[in-house]
Amino acid sequence: MKAALHRRAVVEGLLADRQKLLVVAGLGSTTWDITAAGDHPLGFPTWGAMGQAAMIGLGLALAQPKRRVLVITGDGEMLMGLSALATIGVQKPMNLTVAVIDNERYGETGMQATHTAAGVDLAAVAKACGFRNSKVVSKQVDLRKIVHQTPGPNFLQIKVVAEKLPLVLPPQDGALLVERFRRALLGEP
Amino acid sequence: MLSWPDEVHRELKAAGVALVGYVPDAGHKRLIELCRADRSMRAVVLTTEEEGIGLAAGAWLGGKRSALLMQSSGVGNTVNVLGLLETCAIPLTIIVTMRGETGEFNSWQVPMGRATPAAFEIMGVEVRRASRAEEVAPLVAAALKDERAHAVLISQQVIGIKSFQQQSSK
Repeated sequence: MKAALHRRAVVEGLLADRQKLLVVAGLGSTTWDITAAGDHPLGFPTWGAMGQAAMIGLGLALAQPKRRVLVITGDGEMLMGLSALATIGVQKPMNLTVAVIDNERYGETGMQATHTAAGVDLAAVAKACGFRNSKVVSKQVDLRKIVHQTPGPNFLQIKVVAEKLPLVLPPQDGALLVERFRRALLGEP
Repeated sequence: MLSWPDEVHRELKAAGVALVGYVPDAGHKRLIELCRADRSMRAVVLTTEEEGIGLAAGAWLGGKRSALLMQSSGVGNTVNVLGLLETCAIPLTIIVTMRGETGEFNSWQVPMGRATPAAFEIMGVEVRRASRAEEVAPLVAAALKDERAHAVLISQQVIGIKSFQQQSSK
């Protein structure tokens, strides 16, 4: 089945009326996607540490159990840190959702096929690892109830069109990204 | 007198460490049990050491300090993502039980054991070594006071695992 969803619209939808949502984005296209939706201090766009987006989300979710946490990452980034799904499945944070924007490609390196293009089913992996909810999304639906309310851990594998889009870059200074996130969340030091 | 794991647990508690990532390890057995039993801490079992760096970064974003326990054989698994600690100025204390040193029964442990201090240092992590049990807790306490990433290496002679039989009976 050919994907019909467009990643920027999907991410914009996930982040619409975001309120106090804490957001982590994986290296590459999803970092540009969350920035295209509007740079925000309560977002942590990664420029490195490929494979760790879901684990950063877990650390954040455990540190802030009263806040909702959303990880938005790509299929290639998720595949590099696939074991995080098992670790999250053991911890079962109610406040965490991992959304994989799955274009079945490594978008930053020349659009080479990822394992999902060959049929690796990330949603099934998450389910098998103990996520409370896990599903493949291929049609335009409002996912905000899952992100903001549904007890997690939740996993969304969102199939999108493989497309090259203009880069929308967040600040690259990691210390600044951390500092502004912590200030917005925790207040002045 | 307290054992080094009890002393280290006390230091972690005193520093307000709320999250402890770990990969199961015989040398860390007692410390892991203490952290798991402590209601003021969340001990998170990992499948690979690399996950512990992401976990620590997330915890710090969320306002919590963390520690990470591993064996030297896992240090190489973290190398690329250790860069995250430097670029994002994330404090983390990593406590490492050494393998591949005096008394090692498994030669396959030797290369990573030998490379462990250098692997941390090339990625900008401060390295200190405890050669005796009483040195461990003070080094951990000092690391916890700093805003940078630190590794405290616990020499194999402190752990004292000498054979498969002894390890599996611990």
